[in-house]
Amino acid sequence: MEIIKRAIAGTLESSDAYVEIEPNAQGIRCELESVVEQQFGDNIRGLVEEILAGCGVKNAKIHIIDRGALECVIRARVEAAVMRGKGE
Amino acid sequence: MKNHKVVASLEEAIRLSGLKDGMTVSFHHHLRNGDHVLNMVMEAIAQMGIHDLTVNASSLFDIHAPLLRHIENGVVTHLKTNYMSGGIGRAISAGILADPVEFRTHGGRPSDIELGRTPIDVAFIAAPTADPMGNCTGKYGKSACGSLGYAIPDAMNAKKVVVVTDNLAAYPLTDWSIPEIYVDYVVAVDAIGDPAGIVSGTTRITRDPVGLVMADRAAQVIRHSGLLKDGFSFQTGAGGASLAAAKYLRDIMLREKIHGSFGSGGITGYLVDMLNDGCFEALMDVQCFDLKAVESIRTNPRHHEISASHYASPSARSAVVDSLDVVILGATEIDTDFNVNVHTDSNGSIMGGSGGHSDTAAGAKLSMIIAPMFRARLPIITDRVKCISTPGRDIDVLVTQGGIAVNPKNQELLLRLKDAGLPVVDIHDLKEMVERTTGTPAPVREGGRVVANVIYRDGTLLDTIRSVPAK
Repeated sequence: MEIIKRAIAGTLESSDAYVEIEPNAQGIRCELESVVEQQFGDNIRGLVEEILAGCGVKNAKIHIIDRGALECVIRARVEAAVMRGKGE
Repeated sequence: MKNHKVVASLEEAIRLSGLKDGMTVSFHHHLRNGDHVLNMVMEAIAQMGIHDLTVNASSLFDIHAPLLRHIENGVVTHLKTNYMSGGIGRAISAGILADPVEFRTHGGRPSDIELGRTPIDVAFIAAPTADPMGNCTGKYGKSACGSLGYAIPDAMNAKKVVVVTDNLAAYPLTDWSIPEIYVDYVVAVDAIGDPAGIVSGTTRITRDPVGLVMADRAAQVIRHSGLLKDGFSFQTGAGGASLAAAKYLRDIMLREKIHGSFGSGGITGYLVDMLNDGCFEALMDVQCFDLKAVESIRTNPRHHEISASHYASPSARSAVVDSLDVVILGATEIDTDFNVNVHTDSNGSIMGGSGGHSDTAAGAKLSMIIAPMFRARLPIITDRVKCISTPGRDIDVLVTQGGIAVNPKNQELLLRLKDAGLPVVDIHDLKEMVERTTGTPAPVREGGRVVANVIYRDGTLLDTIRSVPAK
């Protein structure tokens, strides 16, 4: 699946995550800002990688501002951003 | 015989007090985040070139941020307090002070002052109304804050006492909190504080459904604890869920016609309502949190002002906390041994302090922690809290939306709650349940040098807090 346009999902509310995805020439570039970086930063980066692989996204730039979202919330926000950013 | 103690300026009062390098000044926090007095006094002291001072303040709020500059400039080199909010806490956690902050409790602080362990050279009393001889009160004036409880031990024990007021009344001010016998100088200023930051207009109960579930459970725990009967005594904090619990408790007390003895602590309008509805005979008030509490302490003779020592001192012959049945308290973290942290946040940075937490927990027959299972993905229950503010031996029960965990040391309570059909769960199981939702957090990296010592109410060292690199 190709990401062909910039797309966003989520909010900056506490316990939510704000996700921006956009096209990238080569590979996945993930930037994460998280209030729980120390406790869950690596976990979240691994999760995002897994979700993108599961969606078949090979090239994308993804920026996440995490306000302490649960895993299911991050998954929903990332998947929504991917769906919005993919070609029809 | 001079007929008044009014001096022209803060500088004059400081000069007359004989304040010198290396001495200790003290402040109280009834004006909370609206206080101007600490900043005005410290600015004057800095201008006068005095250095190396110890500040002993019952609490510090973010409005006191100018204090950080005085620390950087060497005007202040030691801090003793019972609580500091996050803005000040972050700077302390970053290590701006060479010597560790000494955290005490609202009971331990007056105890140590009275025992001579932490002598005060000059106490500054922010007084919403005072007369020219220094009789003063918090009940009247444009900056009225109600009780002056935390200032009373300072006034009684400091070598010199300066009353700072923005409402100078004619002598004698009869309804005083602090009498003239302790006061050396009186200074009149334009404003001792910003009323908007001193008391909340109203403190409100939570509308968050999770908070309401916890509050309902908390009230049920109290109802089935065996303590809710005539003569019942109660304290709660001003947090949204704690206030909601007080409201549910009031409904139960009115329905079952239970006449309690007293409510204590920092007093909110909800406790005032309970007093007026006949749930309690009296309120014992060391600090007012809202306008309704200020109005009540001014007009209702059953609403009593108490000193910090009377409230919670462990070295007093007795204190109000010793007669408490139930206290509802909060936590940033609680561990599987029921130790509670209210000093640091999830990254180990200072954002609070004991206040009366460990005093009331030690005194009350039932000490309840009310907290959500997790906040922003961080579980409330850990293997070991980052800082022990209140030891687990003084905590009886943790109430969350997912279940109620009883400290195994209180088997009677465990049986009572089980018999009542309440959702009781082992704290280890509750921790696992939470982590199934949040995931297991990676351990936070250990901090650097010690930036604060947490001193228990009896004067012993309870824990230390280490530095956290500034972001």
